[in-house]
Amino acid sequence: MNGPRRVAVTGVGVVAPGGVTREAFWSSLTEGRTATRRITFFDPSPFRSRVAAECDFDPSAAGLSPRQIRRSDRYIQFALAAAAEAVTDSGIVFDEATADATGVAMGTAVGATTALETEYVVASDAGREWLVDPDHAAPFLYQALVPSSLAADVGVRFATHGPAQVVSTGCTSGIDAIGYGYQLVMDGEADVVLAGASDSPISPVTLASFDAIKATSPDDSDPAHASRPFDRDRQGFILGEGGAVLVLEEMGRALRRGAHVYCEVAGFATRGNAFHMTGLRPDGAEMAVAISDALDQGRLAPERVSYINAHGSGTKQNDRHETAAFKRALGEHAYQVPISSIKSMVGHSLGAIGAIEMAACALAIEHGVVPPTANWANRDPECDLDYTPNTAREHRVDVALSVGSGFGGFQSAMVFARLREAA
Amino acid sequence: MTRHVMTRRAVVTGIGIVAASGVGVDTYWKTALSGEGRIGRITSFNPSRYATTLAGEIDGFQAGEHLPSRFAVQTDRWTHLAFAAAGQALADAEIDPGALDPYDMSVALASGSGGNVFGQRELQHLWGSPSRTVGAYQSIAWFYAATVGQLSIRHGMKGPSVVLVSESAGGVDSLAHAARLVRRGTAVVLAGGTEAPLSPYALTCQQHSGAMTTRTDPERAYCPFDVDADGYVPGEGGAVLVVEDLDHALARGAPVIYGEIAGAAATFDGRHRGPRGDGDVGQYARAMTTALERAGVRPDDLDVVFPDALGVPAGDRDECAAMGRAFGSASPAVTTQKPLVGRLYQGGAALDVATALLAMRHDLLPPTAGTRDPAPGCELNFVSEVTPTPVQAAMVNARGLDGFNASLVLRRYHEEN
Repeated sequence: MNGPRRVAVTGVGVVAPGGVTREAFWSSLTEGRTATRRITFFDPSPFRSRVAAECDFDPSAAGLSPRQIRRSDRYIQFALAAAAEAVTDSGIVFDEATADATGVAMGTAVGATTALETEYVVASDAGREWLVDPDHAAPFLYQALVPSSLAADVGVRFATHGPAQVVSTGCTSGIDAIGYGYQLVMDGEADVVLAGASDSPISPVTLASFDAIKATSPDDSDPAHASRPFDRDRQGFILGEGGAVLVLEEMGRALRRGAHVYCEVAGFATRGNAFHMTGLRPDGAEMAVAISDALDQGRLAPERVSYINAHGSGTKQNDRHETAAFKRALGEHAYQVPISSIKSMVGHSLGAIGAIEMAACALAIEHGVVPPTANWANRDPECDLDYTPNTAREHRVDVALSVGSGFGGFQSAMVFARLREAA
Repeated sequence: MTRHVMTRRAVVTGIGIVAASGVGVDTYWKTALSGEGRIGRITSFNPSRYATTLAGEIDGFQAGEHLPSRFAVQTDRWTHLAFAAAGQALADAEIDPGALDPYDMSVALASGSGGNVFGQRELQHLWGSPSRTVGAYQSIAWFYAATVGQLSIRHGMKGPSVVLVSESAGGVDSLAHAARLVRRGTAVVLAGGTEAPLSPYALTCQQHSGAMTTRTDPERAYCPFDVDADGYVPGEGGAVLVVEDLDHALARGAPVIYGEIAGAAATFDGRHRGPRGDGDVGQYARAMTTALERAGVRPDDLDVVFPDALGVPAGDRDECAAMGRAFGSASPAVTTQKPLVGRLYQGGAALDVATALLAMRHDLLPPTAGTRDPAPGCELNFVSEVTPTPVQAAMVNARGLDGFNASLVLRRYHEEN
């Protein structure tokens, strides 16, 4: 073996608000369409925040069988649909040898919270009983309690035999799960990893939780334009849902079989701010360290970054924090590179969004287009970079950097690079 | 790329335990050696309505003794237990996190079901009270990353942290990942996991696993590999270990090097499990074989094996068949202490790793608990009484419901190797 093992992205599958399938997702993003709306899943009027980015997802149309639909919670359905699309895209056929060498690394922030809440309401008779009804027999309630079901269901679907894992680091779960899969391939623990994330958190308890700390935007005057990352008048994030799965594959294997390689995973790093569960220091120091580490792994100078897919949640503190991190890690180049937050269009789907954003990075490299930050109108003096406002930009992307930041202080960065000829 | 050189070795230099045996390594080790069960009827709520009424509860645990009150109010019991275990582990290793580079320390714990009691209380407030709200800490107490986030803040650890979930296999996966982090350059990693699965709603969910016993006699409720096996008894607690770069441990003069994480492997066999599976145990055996290969240890060299010990007859038989396939003609000693404190889910495998390292430290094998009369197909070389013997190599195996298999090989640390 010559040198360290390299990791290719050879398949992409996406379920996102405004675009269920990779192509629909990319069209929606590059047209700058927003998928945020007043919540339709339940009556949101008792809550402070009433807008979300919901998926118009039909599991049957997405190819799920009646048993898969009955057995699995919505976030798992997203993952199954995205994984099927990614695997088909990759052209990998799962024979026995491939199955043994294939792992699963899936992220989720809150797992089956929506199902757990729904069943809780019945079992407790709407909160009347602390000693909930033990005979309330919802199927697969144990699978709902334990979010490792996400990796298990994806593994069962493709009959994989390699390491399977759920990574649950809150809002960086998506990047961190892909990072975990990347390390499995690098270390030779797997040759192929189905890596991604999924969350379906749009439920009363999730809304109430973010309401209690005023993290989400209370403004429902114009739901389609409620998510306003980097804008001076941003008021918080807009909850979303969805899932994405990438096929990670050892580079030599991918090239030998003539696979289409979207890009190479050039680096992954995560750090903690060890400061506060929800608060961020304005200097962005720890995120900057993660960015620099991820670039170093790919031996890429900061000037090589041609696109930054921002965390860009649209909270006051986040957008300031990461703007500072970009400047700290990239120096003057931070002012030159196009940046965007697709959360302006698809909302913030907690653990899932990191994987959806990595899918966007792979597609940006593939198509030479940077998706925009929608709903940007007014400059914030503390957010003074090029956020690609409102309109997608044709722009060759050789190196895409994506970052995530989450409750618990997690700060993660991942770098995708166009495959270099004769590398 | 120097950061991926595989020469950095991961050793365990600190252990912290919280289980039904009590708080602390000594009380747990005494329990393990005496074989005195700590399972009892659930006291944190009235369990009469529930099919399973027994559990391994930690009596008299006072969060205030183990974490500052500002952390205690923000967090669930599961996090409190991890704080207690992590504090012990750091003290045991004589590590003062404040004296180290923050970026050189990580937290990599397994997490099973989040903040169950906290979450149920807030759900009740949301749905059962007129205000229709939850408290300010629900968003940071219930989710699976709460414990790792809080521990990183408490101890100022800024290195690469992670939260892994693979049902009951996660405790082993977390130790394997800690070794991965050490190989990539982090000096100190808190690894392992804890669990607090005893809220009424969480217990109701667990009943749907179909693997819990409904017996009421604590002595004979959880008896893996026995003709009487009927399922497991849940328990709370777990273990947190300090996993450290060997060179770092030596340079600072760590007081104890319990052992080295010599090899680990994970496989998945969801297709073979459950009512429609074909019952092939090959993938579980492959996890063990691969872990041995990575460790450079032969089955003959294993001095003791800690099995998953689910306590469900079919699961026990499968586990024995997998060991048979992996070990061939070797017949290493097998022992489990899970029946003494209950199945701690993600915390359980971490506790087994701690037990294996204590066995290595004391050159004593604790007796297996709960197995009196092995079921057909489960005739293993069980440790029947406290057995003094040199422990050079140990294996810890864990399975997670729905297909997760994990195996870890520990080796005694010798200066010369």
